[in-house]
Amino acid sequence: MARRIDLWATLTAPLVSQNPVTLQILGLCSALAVTTSLATALTMSASLTVVLTLAAGVISTIRRFIPETIRLIIQIIVIASLVIVIDQVLQAYFVEMSRALSVFVSLITTNCLVLGRTEAYARHHRPVAAMTDALGNGLGYSLVLIVIGAIRELLGKGELLGFVVLPSVDAGGWYTPMSFMLLAPAGFFLLGALVWAVRSLLPEQAEDAEFSSPLPSEGAE
Amino acid sequence: MDAPDPNLWRRFLALPMESRPKTILAAFVVSAVCAVLVSSATVILRPIQAANRAAEEEARVEALVRGIPGMSDLLTEVGGSLSTVVVDLERGRAAHDVTPSTLLATLADTSNWTSLDPSQDLAGLGARPDYAQVFLLRDNDRVSLLLLPIAGQGYNGRIEAVLAVRGDMNTIAGVTITRQSETPGLGGRIEEMAWQSSFPGRQIFDDEGTVRFSVARGSASSIHEVDGITGATRTSNAITQIVRFWLGPDGYGPLIAAISRGEF
Repeated sequence: MARRIDLWATLTAPLVSQNPVTLQILGLCSALAVTTSLATALTMSASLTVVLTLAAGVISTIRRFIPETIRLIIQIIVIASLVIVIDQVLQAYFVEMSRALSVFVSLITTNCLVLGRTEAYARHHRPVAAMTDALGNGLGYSLVLIVIGAIRELLGKGELLGFVVLPSVDAGGWYTPMSFMLLAPAGFFLLGALVWAVRSLLPEQAEDAEFSSPLPSEGAE
Repeated sequence: MDAPDPNLWRRFLALPMESRPKTILAAFVVSAVCAVLVSSATVILRPIQAANRAAEEEARVEALVRGIPGMSDLLTEVGGSLSTVVVDLERGRAAHDVTPSTLLATLADTSNWTSLDPSQDLAGLGARPDYAQVFLLRDNDRVSLLLLPIAGQGYNGRIEAVLAVRGDMNTIAGVTITRQSETPGLGGRIEEMAWQSSFPGRQIFDDEGTVRFSVARGSASSIHEVDGITGATRTSNAITQIVRFWLGPDGYGPLIAAISRGEF
């Protein structure tokens, strides 16, 4: 019984309280690049979650046979192979989607989130726990991507998953699409706002200031 | 002190995981398993991907034809479809024993390829197939539009395109890039309509019949040139060389000559 609760916590902790993107600030590059629409964000989330979960399972299964000296190489080989397979599957069955994601699927290989979880967790835990942790982190990453992707598509095009939600002025409606939302800086701003929102709701996530100001605080002069 | 175990295998198993033989073995096994995984995924999924690519190419050829001014009217006039012909490149006429459906099988046989000298091989192909599938549109027995698939080595990988030539066999009617892996934002811009729209109306040959077409450095300055892409000199040069190769004597030259003589 205790074990199940443990697994449940492993699965749910990375969703908000230990979220890999907003707390650990991992995997940002792809999070910013593919969130211009909800559909690409969903595909990227699914691909990353599958890769991460499988990689964690494989690494954790062979964890006793990974020599310390070449452990990073072995992890990257496993991750890269899984990514290539996923990329090939996308190219075969989801052509449009794989074109929209272009290089970002292959770049899952270098996504620090994946290597981070296999190195930090999967290498030291049994396959079930490792895959649960990976799934939780994948879902946490997905959550952030979906939120940002939805906001950017909604404000940038007035649509969600291609369906018109806010009829745009061009099409005779009232909404003026903010094309800025589709540019990369908007991804940064939204992510920043999201981190801020999460940390004001959960103050324990805020980091301590790294430096104290050398200037005396007010009016000491 | 114990004598070393005479059984080599047991002695190997007793080594710690960190020892050099076991490290090398682990690396080898992981690489081998991953290689098998990746290769089988590629091989199993290739037919589906090829079908996708073919469907996409068809759609692009259709879009190319529709994008040529006056072409859609012409198409509806003649019944709305292009004819597909497999041509024998060397002889410049329709191949007798190869049809579009058997073309792939024919080209799987290396005896149906001609290897190219470095001096001939402008497009970096290495070898050229002896048969190619072209699309043409006839207007009262005369060829009024010829669509030629062309390919060659770009900066990052193979570039494939379809070039449309008007009935005078000299004026370009349009171009579409069907496959490329050039740098996004630089060479990758060859996929953009804005660049492709500078092709229609350009002339391929000069008065002596030499291929003069080129992608300019900067803006086009003659009837044979299209605008270059800033920051993508290698890709621009590759397009020049691909067009020059395929329209020259080792490419579709004999076919173009035959059509100009009215023999096709």
